[in-house]
Amino acid sequence: MEWTFIERGFTAALIIGLIAPLVGAVLAVRRSSIISESLSHVTLTGISAGVLLSQTVNMVSINPLYTGFVFALAGSLIIEKLRQTYSHFQELASPIILSAGVGVSAVLMSISPSGYGEWYDYLFGSIVSVTKEDLIFISVTAGVILLIFSLYSKEIKSVSFDQEFARVSGISTSHINFIFSLLVALVISMSMKVVGVLLVGALISLPVASAMQFAKSFKQLLGWSVLFGEFAVLIGVYTSYHFNIATGGMIVVILAVIMLAAVVLRKNSMLYRLLNR
Amino acid sequence: MSTQENGVIQIENVSFRYGTQNVLEKVNLTIEQGSFLGLAGPNGSGKSTLIKIILGFETPDMGRVTLFHVPVSKFKNWEKIGYVSQKANSFNTGFPATVYEVVSMGLYGKIGLFRFLNKKHKKKIDETLQLVGMREFKHRSIGELSGGQQQRVFIARALVSEPEVLILDEPTVGVDTQSVQQFYHLMSHLNREKKITLLLVTHDIGAMTKYVTHVACLNKRLHFHGSSHDFEESELSSLYGHDVTMITHEHDHGGA
Repeated sequence: MEWTFIERGFTAALIIGLIAPLVGAVLAVRRSSIISESLSHVTLTGISAGVLLSQTVNMVSINPLYTGFVFALAGSLIIEKLRQTYSHFQELASPIILSAGVGVSAVLMSISPSGYGEWYDYLFGSIVSVTKEDLIFISVTAGVILLIFSLYSKEIKSVSFDQEFARVSGISTSHINFIFSLLVALVISMSMKVVGVLLVGALISLPVASAMQFAKSFKQLLGWSVLFGEFAVLIGVYTSYHFNIATGGMIVVILAVIMLAAVVLRKNSMLYRLLNR
Repeated sequence: MSTQENGVIQIENVSFRYGTQNVLEKVNLTIEQGSFLGLAGPNGSGKSTLIKIILGFETPDMGRVTLFHVPVSKFKNWEKIGYVSQKANSFNTGFPATVYEVVSMGLYGKIGLFRFLNKKHKKKIDETLQLVGMREFKHRSIGELSGGQQQRVFIARALVSEPEVLILDEPTVGVDTQSVQQFYHLMSHLNREKKITLLLVTHDIGAMTKYVTHVACLNKRLHFHGSSHDFEESELSSLYGHDVTMITHEHDHGGA
């Protein structure tokens, strides 16, 4: 049975609504959510390279998501390295990587025969353009992320909370930081088709920002983040389909509304206590 | 070598410099099994650097450190070492974690990869929380607690893996006076009843001398190391008095 483009897009969005907030929660507690922004732009460079390769080199047909992933992973490792090296200027790594990424990909796309058309799809995401191959890539990537995440959850938690202590307790922090870089690269590259470069950061950071208002434990933070992520994806896809609005944008708008509501609810202590009883 | 047989931590001829500034000069110090050593020194005396070297975060320019007779770089039995850091430096106060979650982190290295907490571990976490008097706060968020309470949770996190040595770096900073007393009673108990070797780093020498078995004074070089009974006030004033004048002098821009 062949799926319709709507079914493919919707499934892809639901998978991303689960995975992005999960990894986003860890990024947030590591105070490095901004990394997702720079990495998504490096991923765009990889995507541009993939598009250009497919168009200019005969016999080569690469799904740009693959080259996007390779660039995301490289960018992720470089940033992690810079963060350790310049521990007092951790925020410096992100803008460098971000602007370099956009610059190179703009150059690549201007060489490309098809121009900026395909590029645009990856900027804001295009749920209707999710192919069968894309969906397989997204599903396999999600499976790998979930597996790694559950196997390393306690180490990732400890390193994120207190890296020094984690090291003394016998955890190889460099190993865990590498694993986590891999996770971030995977999650960004799998999200490109649906929410795009400019909006993936929202799906990674906004659900967590909302969850922070309620979560008392790390477990709760993960739970609330995923709940908000999936809720926004569901409503976003539904409304964008019915009112013919850009899906990625709609999802982000809903996430922002949820966040505002969370901040208001949190401040109202009676409601807050009721919810947390 | 016979005097060093019981040395669980041995610091041999360790020197360390940041750039051109000497931080530690030829420090020799042996921490014997079962002792409670208070390592004191003014700010900037190299205490924290020494701890970082002991834990392998920094490599000395000269000399070496062994833990249980194994050089730090090759040391693997980290569950034998418990560590309580200066809270403010390493702990992310916004991190949503319960007291229970924080203490369980102390077991992660011991449990190993791809394994998870079992009933025995959970019981151990409860017992350790009981020991530090924080059991009723088990489900509270770490960020909601007072400085003294947070400190007890971090001690529990270090103790839960049943270490043989506990290293504490300025644990009483930002903790109220009553909690400081409770803290020292807990340390005495751990040392006497649980036979845990303690290394306590502090700039507050007055409070600790009542409780420790040994004292070491550091100011780049080791000025005194011995039993706390032999430790005299004159050592203290020679170590601190000198430094206090220096600081005053700097503030007065040579006017004094």
